[in-house]
Amino acid sequence: MDTTILLFLIQDGITNGAIYALLGLALVLVFAVTRVILIPQGEFITYGALSYATLATGQVPGTAQLAVAMGVVAFCLDLYTARKALRARVLLRAFVVDIVFPLVVFALTVLLAGRQNNIPVNITLSLLIVAAIGLFLYRIAFQPIAHTSVLVLLIASVGCHLAMQGFGLVFFGAEGLRGPAISDAAISIGQLRVSGQSLVVYGITAALIVALWLFFDFTLYGKALRAMAVNRLGARLVGIRTSLSGQIAFLLASVIGAISGILIVPITTLYYDTGFIVGLKGFVAAIIGGLISYPLTAVAAIVVGIVEAFSSFYASNYKEVIVFTLIIPVLVLRSLAAPEVEEEKD
Amino acid sequence: MSQRWPIVVFALVMAALPLIPDIPPFWIVLLDNIGLAALVAMGLVLLTGVGGLTSFGQAAFCGFGAYTTAVLSTSYGLSPWLTLPLSLLVSGIAAVILGIITVRLSGHYLPLGTLAWGLGLFYLFSKLEFLGRNDGISAIPPLEIGGLRMLDPGSIYYVIWIAVILAALLTTNLLDSRTGRAIRALRRGHVAAEAFGVQTARAKLLVFIYAAVLAGLSGWLYAHFQRATNPTPFGAQASIEYLFIAVVGGAGYVWGGVLGAAVVVILKEVLQSYLPMIFGGQGQLEIIVFGIVLVALLHLAPAGIWPWLTGLLPSKRKALRPDLSATLLARPVSAATSSDVLLTLDGARKQFGGVVAVNDVSFTVNAKEIVALIGPNGAGKSTTFNLITRVLSSTAGRITVCGTDVDGTTPQQIAKLGVARTFQHVKLVPDMTVLENVAMGAHLRGNAGAVSSMLRLDRADEARLLAEAARQIARVGLSDQIDQLAGSLSLGQQRIVEIARALCVDPVLLLLDEPAAGLRHMEKQQLAALLRQLRDGGMSVLLVEHDMGFVMDLADRIVVLDFGTKIAEGTPDAIKTNPDVIRAYLGATA
Repeated sequence: MDTTILLFLIQDGITNGAIYALLGLALVLVFAVTRVILIPQGEFITYGALSYATLATGQVPGTAQLAVAMGVVAFCLDLYTARKALRARVLLRAFVVDIVFPLVVFALTVLLAGRQNNIPVNITLSLLIVAAIGLFLYRIAFQPIAHTSVLVLLIASVGCHLAMQGFGLVFFGAEGLRGPAISDAAISIGQLRVSGQSLVVYGITAALIVALWLFFDFTLYGKALRAMAVNRLGARLVGIRTSLSGQIAFLLASVIGAISGILIVPITTLYYDTGFIVGLKGFVAAIIGGLISYPLTAVAAIVVGIVEAFSSFYASNYKEVIVFTLIIPVLVLRSLAAPEVEEEKD
Repeated sequence: MSQRWPIVVFALVMAALPLIPDIPPFWIVLLDNIGLAALVAMGLVLLTGVGGLTSFGQAAFCGFGAYTTAVLSTSYGLSPWLTLPLSLLVSGIAAVILGIITVRLSGHYLPLGTLAWGLGLFYLFSKLEFLGRNDGISAIPPLEIGGLRMLDPGSIYYVIWIAVILAALLTTNLLDSRTGRAIRALRRGHVAAEAFGVQTARAKLLVFIYAAVLAGLSGWLYAHFQRATNPTPFGAQASIEYLFIAVVGGAGYVWGGVLGAAVVVILKEVLQSYLPMIFGGQGQLEIIVFGIVLVALLHLAPAGIWPWLTGLLPSKRKALRPDLSATLLARPVSAATSSDVLLTLDGARKQFGGVVAVNDVSFTVNAKEIVALIGPNGAGKSTTFNLITRVLSSTAGRITVCGTDVDGTTPQQIAKLGVARTFQHVKLVPDMTVLENVAMGAHLRGNAGAVSSMLRLDRADEARLLAEAARQIARVGLSDQIDQLAGSLSLGQQRIVEIARALCVDPVLLLLDEPAAGLRHMEKQQLAALLRQLRDGGMSVLLVEHDMGFVMDLADRIVVLDFGTKIAEGTPDAIKTNPDVIRAYLGATA
């Protein structure tokens, strides 16, 4: 092989790997805090990407309405939970978060869509929409069963994935969409041509990883989330609210998913169901990172991306086989290296 | 036999269904699909619900079953009945290979590992030339019995449902047996099971293979029912669907798998056929509603529909009193056991990183002796227990049990030597009865295997185990609670159940970790009396205990640990006045 192809494959792999790293980080985050294996992560990707692409065509994406509808359901649930002690503060918070927030986002979307095709505005709107959906998804589907087993949470997660994928088809249709690139610039380093979009991908991934690190190490909420991940009961005893931590985790994960989607939609055409398989690859990275380690997940994601790039070049038929069986030796190694510790199961 | 009649009624109803005049053939197809899904779900019930091993790759085993028969019956013209054992064999062998790799995986790695090879195999099915790639294999011959070609859904219906009912019976039998108890204990962790001789890795592999063979059977039936195969029904989506069939039905219940299959298959069908009528044409709505209904079902019944339904029935647990006449042979005694010294610790040491939990501790336990191991919290008492029973391996030093150096042995081998233990944090299976939990202790004294259990050939062996368990329960005074679920007892009673379970080993040395914690005064006295009686009967006891009154009254000898180091050893009277011990417990100035 010549160096051009080699460099190209590596670059392609790193670009994809950066996306997988983001997704892997979000999965690790959600799992650690809520014990939910976030299958709908794929939908956050597609919702983010396709809302952005739809806004670019000047239309209002259906996800904005979905956010409002989910907010109403969440508000009803909040009212029902608080029915024994309806205090004004609780009500006000629920009303602002569940009703006002998505309505404002919806109104802004309707107002701005098509008016001025501004990329930063479209990105912000898409992120806000998906953030609202992520937040309400936790409130509606997971908060009421937060105490159940990982298996039940997982199945609920699959249920959410199915429903959201169905909505995705309703909103965006079966046709794939592409969004406008964030940067059209391109630079050449020797034989290698690096597109501005991939530079944006690297930059944003790095920035997000640093931001997450700052959040988890230097803010009270970040520390609360880490405490929740280490010991749920202990965290609750010192006054950290499970529901709030779960909502924050889902909020972060949905925003990260949406960002990943917005980053890749200019590079590849996304369909309403593409997110699932992309999410799974982030998952592979998260698994290699052991669902606990952020830096390891990031490194693993890059490896997954590069392996994928090379196998699609040399054995494109077996690309997925190679990527997904890649983790088995890793899992075996990890299991052998860290022998099973008896968990006190509830 | 009285508990069998609901199954007989169910079988009769299922047999009569196709005979109803004018029953739409479409319903029969639906029932066929339910049966096929139920077979896979039943395997998952055993694997995931009972054994605690979540598998995301179950549909791949259906694929092995289906493709084996598809290839052999089309390319090689083998009769479908000949390919049945081969299909099951291929699924089983695939399970052995994948199981050896994945069953070892701990915690969350296991489900993820299964997801990985599930996806990998799916893509493999759709890329391999001789499996017809994405198009799959068509024109598979139908099943045939004596000239009856099962071309329509109504005739293969009987084959499918006979398979379902047989599988349900075999699975129920398996769960209600010596092997079944071992499987049911897996979900609660392996330490307790291994302390009584259960080969947990082998038990996990067994359920893994069993579930795969059921899936392979379903795949074989599917191939001859559809008379074509393609990769789609064997992918990750299908695997996940099987998993939620099991969870929605009730992951811990064999019939929950059947019910879950019915609920999910019918729900999907209803949504597919009626939603477009209501909302007009938009086919994608069904998946949305399906997802939402699934989440709602989990909110209503997180444990599944089957236990929720059976909970509504006004049924009370039938008291199960085992026949006490069956006697169990004593545990085979090795020659070395007859010596006077049962247990020797010689400079035993355990380090966790920089922490020395057990610091060169030496002591012995002789035959017919009660030795107490005391010390403040964190002194290394439970760690010492774990070193003796090989839950942990020691960093240095020598531990000898009945003349055997334990270095390099497994917890199961220690149990075989006649050492039985209880745990500081009770390790019972809460959803098994007291009787079943205690019978776990006699695991090594039975010999019925999985196959004989399924075929109910294990009843004599089983009766002996249960009789022994009942005797030990009577001995510790819990006969009134014998059929209650272990999780429903008070903590003190659960500790006593653990003692009964340990006694079922027929031990020479009993290790008790804080047996008196949570007991009332009278109960403590009864326990002390029981332990003395056991000692006089020839057993030795090593116990960790914080209740000094209890210890001083009971022990022949006391070993005191502090921060991992032995600071004193002697008779209770000597320990009471030992200045080092007083300092360790009360501080320097006391």
